[in-house]
Amino acid sequence: MNDTMNLLIGIAMGLNLIALGSSRLPSVVRVMASQGVVLGLLPLVIERDFHWLVAVVGAITIVVKGIVIPTLLLRAMRAANIEREIEPVIGFVPSLLLGAVGTIAAVAVAHKLPLLPEHIDTLLVPGSLASIFTGFILLVGRVKAISQVCGFLILENGIYLFGLLLLRSTPLLVESGILLDVTVGVFVIGIIVDRIQRAFDSLDTRKLTVLRE
Amino acid sequence: MKELLLVFIPLLGATLALLWPSERTRPLLLPVFAGLHTLLAFWMLVAPPPVSPGAWFGFDPIARAVLPAVSLLFLACAAYGVTYLRVRPERPNRVFVAMLLATLGLVSAGHQARHLGFLWITTEAVTLAAVPLLHFNGTPRAFEATWKYLLIGGTGIALSLLGSFCLGYASLRGGGSGDLTFAALSAQGAALSRPWVLIAWVLLLVGYGTKMGLAPMHTWKPDAYGEAPGIVGAVLAGGVTTVAFTAILRVRAVVDAAGEGAVASRTLMAIGLFSMLVAAMLLLATRDFKRMLAYSSVEHMGILVIGASLGAAGTWAALFHVWSNSLTKGALFLSAGNIRRAAGARTSDDVSGMAAVTPKSAVIFVAGMFAVTACPPFGPFFSELRVLRAAFETGHGVAGLLFLGGLLFAFFGLTRLVFAIVDGRPRVAAVSGIGESGEKRVRETYGVILPPAILLALSLWLGLFTPAVLRDAWTAAVAQLNSAP
Repeated sequence: MNDTMNLLIGIAMGLNLIALGSSRLPSVVRVMASQGVVLGLLPLVIERDFHWLVAVVGAITIVVKGIVIPTLLLRAMRAANIEREIEPVIGFVPSLLLGAVGTIAAVAVAHKLPLLPEHIDTLLVPGSLASIFTGFILLVGRVKAISQVCGFLILENGIYLFGLLLLRSTPLLVESGILLDVTVGVFVIGIIVDRIQRAFDSLDTRKLTVLRE
Repeated sequence: MKELLLVFIPLLGATLALLWPSERTRPLLLPVFAGLHTLLAFWMLVAPPPVSPGAWFGFDPIARAVLPAVSLLFLACAAYGVTYLRVRPERPNRVFVAMLLATLGLVSAGHQARHLGFLWITTEAVTLAAVPLLHFNGTPRAFEATWKYLLIGGTGIALSLLGSFCLGYASLRGGGSGDLTFAALSAQGAALSRPWVLIAWVLLLVGYGTKMGLAPMHTWKPDAYGEAPGIVGAVLAGGVTTVAFTAILRVRAVVDAAGEGAVASRTLMAIGLFSMLVAAMLLLATRDFKRMLAYSSVEHMGILVIGASLGAAGTWAALFHVWSNSLTKGALFLSAGNIRRAAGARTSDDVSGMAAVTPKSAVIFVAGMFAVTACPPFGPFFSELRVLRAAFETGHGVAGLLFLGGLLFAFFGLTRLVFAIVDGRPRVAAVSGIGESGEKRVRETYGVILPPAILLALSLWLGLFTPAVLRDAWTAAVAQLNSAP
């Protein structure tokens, strides 16, 4: 069971690196979507005795992160007619290297953290830290609004991974509330991205510099 | 039951507002539902209902000490909103009215949340509900501000979720059940795993600190408060930020119970002083009087967490300051909104002589400025005096002096800009605005003058005659926060 889980998290960590190295925005969105699907499968793998609520939460995660959010983002991208991230603040090769270093550091740090015995041999904590780090690189290092949203979602994916440590103790009501908030949040972000595109005729956040001291 | 009504009355109002057909009469829903909420909140302040210890949700002493202030501020803003939306008929107000009421409901839920996960859900929901309020003006600048608010606020709130999980893991690692109610976490106390508690504290402080607008996570604040209508600024600065503050207070109590209270106090003190100093610098530099209010809010958030770091007396003073800050900031934001509309500009380069154009708003604005810079006999003077006394009594002399220095520079910054706006000769734009469109010009009707004036009067009253019931409420809240073994 742990093997399947580690395999899935390993895939998610690989997807982080692909997201960092890719310059085409649709592929970043697709990478982020596949990561969402992979993570949605995790609760089903972790939970030993099958519970229908776990299945429901997993299914909703997959639908929302794998289908709804990417569709929204791809539509906004088509409306804005942009394909590529040009001139990022942190280049693609440097961010890929940073991501690789971050992934290694995440594994090293996770070994130092005081974990419960059943979590020591899993990739849950390293995977979570690596995804959070990747999310931050994308948030800071990219200039297109879409890339930043993807960074934010990868960051959220990392936090979701960490939340799986508590899967047995947090009530599903809380889990679903969190999932609902995240979904609504992305909807709202999508709407604002759309409005920014209309107001500035661009999705380049470097143009958002009117407000400063 | 009543505690649920505090959440569901405004949410019912929000639903009604979404369905309400008439643009003209819809804003009237604001004062109706805000009034019901205030009545209920003050009834519960006087006669607090019992709270079962393990409950996820309840009107406990902390909620009792803070929520009525938010409700009162909201009622004034709601009354102001009726006139405000009448002078802005060009913007559709369906979503605005609904989300304003939803914000009140969710803030009420956030104050009453006794479960870390539930607290996070409500805070995130408040953040999202405020989005349509921020870009009400529909200008490119407003969307830029909203984008920054969403991205910075979203990242901050995501980190506080990670912190919540870490605190849950501290409980699991310490042999607990991972129950995320504050009562259960505090009861576990020293058994919580210390490294995880510290990681959680840092993440939660950064996360909820972003929502409060503590420096250096304050960067969304001037943009958001500058571009949003004054009424939204008042609700955000006096209402939404207080949810994040009570969240920090509740988490701090858990960290205290785990035996790391000294670390928590030191970090709160450092981040509070840093916020005050950064805010004072920015107040000395800014030329925009709406951004000025945002920096002043950063300063007061700093004062709140400094108070929270100074033991029981300091926390009591901080709760007092929540009230005085909410009421005074409301008066300032609403009167600044009047001046902004009459002047048609926001910087001291373009605006002056507003004492002649909008005399009543200018009086409230200047008096509010003196109140917020802690001039006696307004509320903030007394609450900040108590923070200062707590600092010297607990042997934080240097911090007390830095605190005074921050207040002094903030005073210089605020008076400089406020008098530049109010004094002098009115600019041509503002004066000709009066002449050519007498009926369209923002007149100082009772609807836009009374709400800020009443808030200011309440701030004065709070300073001079702090009611015994409020003192009791703050004492009870401090007792709850320090009840850990």
